[in-house]
Amino acid sequence: MDRRAFLRLAGAGLGAAVAVSVRPADATPAAMEAAIRQVVGGAPVTPGRVKLELPPLSENGHAVPLTVSVESPMTEADHVRAIHVFTEINPLPEVATFRLGPRAGRARVSTRIRLANTQTVVAISELSDGSFWSDRANVVVTLAACLEEA
Amino acid sequence: MRRGLAVAGAVVGLAASALAGEIPMAERRSGYAFMRPETRAMQDDDTANPGMLWVLEGQALWGRKAGAAGRACVDCHGDARASMKGVAARQPAFDPAERRPLNLEQRINRCRVDRQQATALAWEGRDLLALTAYVARQSRGLPVDVGADPRARPFLEAGRATFYRRQGQLNLACRQCHDDHWGRQLAGNVIPQAHPTGYPLYRLEWQGLGSLQRRLRSCLVGIRAEPHDYGAPELVDLELYLMWRARGMPLEAPAVRP
Amino acid sequence: MASALINVPPRARRGEIVEIKALISHVMETGHRRTQTGARIPRDIIRLFVCAYNGAEVFRAEFHPAIAANPFIAFSTLATESGTLTFTWTGDNGFSATESAAITVT
Repeated sequence: MDRRAFLRLAGAGLGAAVAVSVRPADATPAAMEAAIRQVVGGAPVTPGRVKLELPPLSENGHAVPLTVSVESPMTEADHVRAIHVFTEINPLPEVATFRLGPRAGRARVSTRIRLANTQTVVAISELSDGSFWSDRANVVVTLAACLEEA
Repeated sequence: MRRGLAVAGAVVGLAASALAGEIPMAERRSGYAFMRPETRAMQDDDTANPGMLWVLEGQALWGRKAGAAGRACVDCHGDARASMKGVAARQPAFDPAERRPLNLEQRINRCRVDRQQATALAWEGRDLLALTAYVARQSRGLPVDVGADPRARPFLEAGRATFYRRQGQLNLACRQCHDDHWGRQLAGNVIPQAHPTGYPLYRLEWQGLGSLQRRLRSCLVGIRAEPHDYGAPELVDLELYLMWRARGMPLEAPAVRP
Repeated sequence: MASALINVPPRARRGEIVEIKALISHVMETGHRRTQTGARIPRDIIRLFVCAYNGAEVFRAEFHPAIAANPFIAFSTLATESGTLTFTWTGDNGFSATESAAITVT
């Protein structure tokens, strides 16, 4: 029997409220591409200058540590304006947007994200000259976040 | 579907193999040792460990007056860093008034009811978890020290019997996974040795902090056994056995686990 | 107010890059989960985190439901002058929290 059915039966035995998630039909790489278009418009996105660090195998999809950094002098003339993070098959493609600027000193941000299943995560950086750069990383998720009860 | 079949396969494997007995003292490893580096990093950094949010709340509750007696923990116990040092490492401990061991949560509630004349805090509620986390934090790094009291011995043995008894629809005993097959994979996770050195802990699967009793109840559900109520003597006896089994290992509360 | 843990070095040299860590307690309910009876649990997340340095915004993070519960963020800022760093979180259902930390810049 699959895990969700098992947990539902187990939850019935406990008499406790159990939350279960269902993955909506629009969680696809196409949705991610559309979300990226929303941010970059028609501008090209060049792989490079961005480094997206995620563990290749995640212990639990509920909290996956992520660090994204961009090579940049972070001066008034040449700095990172924003970093956008997207996922391929989460129910929603957007994860976060970080807005920096020359006062950041360094373009490097860390957080923890939820991943619904094994998938690709994409980081897109917008520089002060209007150019967009990207990196992607694959994460194997052994316990899905959005689909399991907490 | 594949995962369900993998569990069934593992269950068949466990039933067929020989039982090897208790883990030798030198081979004991905390659940920390089985975690990936990034999860360990989360536990190691007090400024990034989500369990510390509960410790912070517990610190505030420590100073808050409560109940008809209008007393705060600090009024009797003073600075927790001194007065609570070592306390969590010695729980569960035999209580002469109850004539049986009580765990840390039960002790906190005894103070609530008897000394503060307030209502007991709900099991697994935010306040009880926060106070437990705050008190347990004061013992971090100290070795677990339970079981020496001869009065606790019958209860420890009852806990050991539970640990060894096959139960539930899957007819599994705790020791089959945690004494005999620790370190192996079960449904995508590594089986730990089940030492409760980190409780209360932040479990990524729970997306929150929880107690050892919550974890024990989930384990019982996992083997399709009826889980005892929070605070049931069977659970406290099992806690006592597990802590005794982890004697000498350093406390890690509040730990982080997957 | 929600519990929050902020880590800011208390002192820094002018021009030094200062690392800041912020952790706040929040369920970050995604809006995708359902109860056993099938009812959807409504979304309840922190949507915005802003760091200001003596009143000037130096960092902003926009969160979506894919940010893990009890959101954690680590970022940096240039130590420019002594003063106060303020941290503000806002989100669904009128959620609002503020913390501040002093920094001495020599």
